[in-house]
Amino acid sequence: MGMLENKLPENVIFTSVDDVINLAKEYSIWYLLFATACCGIELMQTGASRYDVDRFGMIPRSSPRQSDLMIVAGTITHKMASRVKRLYEQMPNPKYVIAMGSCSSSGGPFSKFAYSVLNGIDKYIPVDVYVPGCPPRPEALINGVMLLRTRMRQERTLVVESPLLTA
Amino acid sequence: MSTLTVPHTPTLVQAPNTLPPPYVIEEELASDRMVLNMGPHHPSTHGVLRLIVTCDGEVVEKAVPDLGYLHRAIEKISENVSWKQVMPYTDRVDYLCAMNSNFAYALGIEKLAGIQVPKRAQYLRVIMAELNRITSHLLCLGAMAMDLGAYTPFLLAIAQREVVNDLFEATCGARLTYNYFRIGGLAWDIPAGWEKACHAFLTEFVPRFDDFNELITGNTIFINRCRDVGVISREEAISYGLVGPNLRGSGVKFDVRRDEPYSSYEDFEFDVPIGVGYPGTVGDAYARYMVRVKEVYESVKIIRQALKNLPSGDVLAKVPGSLKPPAGDVYVRSENPRGETGYYLMSDGTNVAVRVKIRTGSFTAMSIFEKVSKGHLIADLVALIGSLDIVIPEVDR
Repeated sequence: MGMLENKLPENVIFTSVDDVINLAKEYSIWYLLFATACCGIELMQTGASRYDVDRFGMIPRSSPRQSDLMIVAGTITHKMASRVKRLYEQMPNPKYVIAMGSCSSSGGPFSKFAYSVLNGIDKYIPVDVYVPGCPPRPEALINGVMLLRTRMRQERTLVVESPLLTA
Repeated sequence: MSTLTVPHTPTLVQAPNTLPPPYVIEEELASDRMVLNMGPHHPSTHGVLRLIVTCDGEVVEKAVPDLGYLHRAIEKISENVSWKQVMPYTDRVDYLCAMNSNFAYALGIEKLAGIQVPKRAQYLRVIMAELNRITSHLLCLGAMAMDLGAYTPFLLAIAQREVVNDLFEATCGARLTYNYFRIGGLAWDIPAGWEKACHAFLTEFVPRFDDFNELITGNTIFINRCRDVGVISREEAISYGLVGPNLRGSGVKFDVRRDEPYSSYEDFEFDVPIGVGYPGTVGDAYARYMVRVKEVYESVKIIRQALKNLPSGDVLAKVPGSLKPPAGDVYVRSENPRGETGYYLMSDGTNVAVRVKIRTGSFTAMSIFEKVSKGHLIADLVALIGSLDIVIPEVDR
């Protein structure tokens, strides 16, 4: 007991519940392996040998029910859009979306002339971070994830709804 | 210099109590049919392919592909932009081998407009196309192994792919969609020291790829998952119009690079590997896999020859700013990693195409899917999709 008493004061950290939750969220972003087109290859390479997003606690999941983050990688057509929405709805809260590449952000090179391409996935699902590029480099995608993490850090899970505070 | 043969000869170990597909359900034992949707979001369908699978228990009775989830109207866009502006869109037809896609389109418009490409550009185009074939095959082989449960080969393949991406980045600044080819040649010459870097890559790559083969190509589990799966006979392959490694896996020795040489391919010596019936049968998933493995070594051979005899001079022919090819039509074909890619171009003498039709290898591979998948287990479908090397934007365009 004596040893523990000596050690304990140095190891106690005072923090808020929100910060602990945010810490856990930030370092275990499991992303949905959802690739449609060219950006999917860059997404694959971001997860593989050189860029290795495992070091940020990012693990690809095949099922939307296990994922926190949906990286919409590639062109979304009108036929596909309802499926994307359905996948998003299957994800448990809290959930985030990154629109990777110009196609999922705005329709990209296909926005003007293609009759079948959806001009931006944000018409169907809410997007947190847009990553431009055609396709974006893995560094750009990682930067997008970092932006998302700063947003996660500011979130408050426990909201005290006191009439005194809101008045 | 390493001997350019596949180092690990697989030894055939028959898994106990296994019969090769197709499995036939006897009428008395048949149960209610179940309809499963595989995709459009499925990790092993390589994109957004949807298969409507009717199955009896584990045995597939019918697997019908449902296409169009990635129809981007590239052919229609080509009728609205000028001839030169089509080039970036060809990158996105088949992004795994964007250089080859550029290549086919450039060949077509050069034939239509009668443009002579400088010799140096022809050689550099061959080098780029073959490097891109290596990366495309690496991804196909790695992803096929990953779909069958082996994750390490995929990481090894991607590690080598990244090195080639660096080489491409040095030439054109992009990692995936290059837009490096121009009508009449190439956008720029290669930077100083690039040839040396390419040589260094090849010397490094061959032993690394040998390692890859030792890990997975001769692996008994992998062989037993692939052999006798999705057998396409020689006659079927020809009548369904299969192209590229899928055709050669069925034992047909046809390669556009050898039989109808373009862009100085006649200067290089290389073999055209075809499927052998060991282990398994000619035309099964393993034969197609093996053809791709051997083709990677052949590509290394071609790049070495091209680098050795690389001529000097310009890389871009003189092409007018607003290109107006004479009225007429042309069909060209080139050998992509996924087989013969054809471009049918029709011009009416203006700077905008009347019609651009793209014929791709993945689409024909899709057409035989329903026939081949019959009588396989659901788990074998994954091996079959992997071995056909389907890229969905190439199917839907």
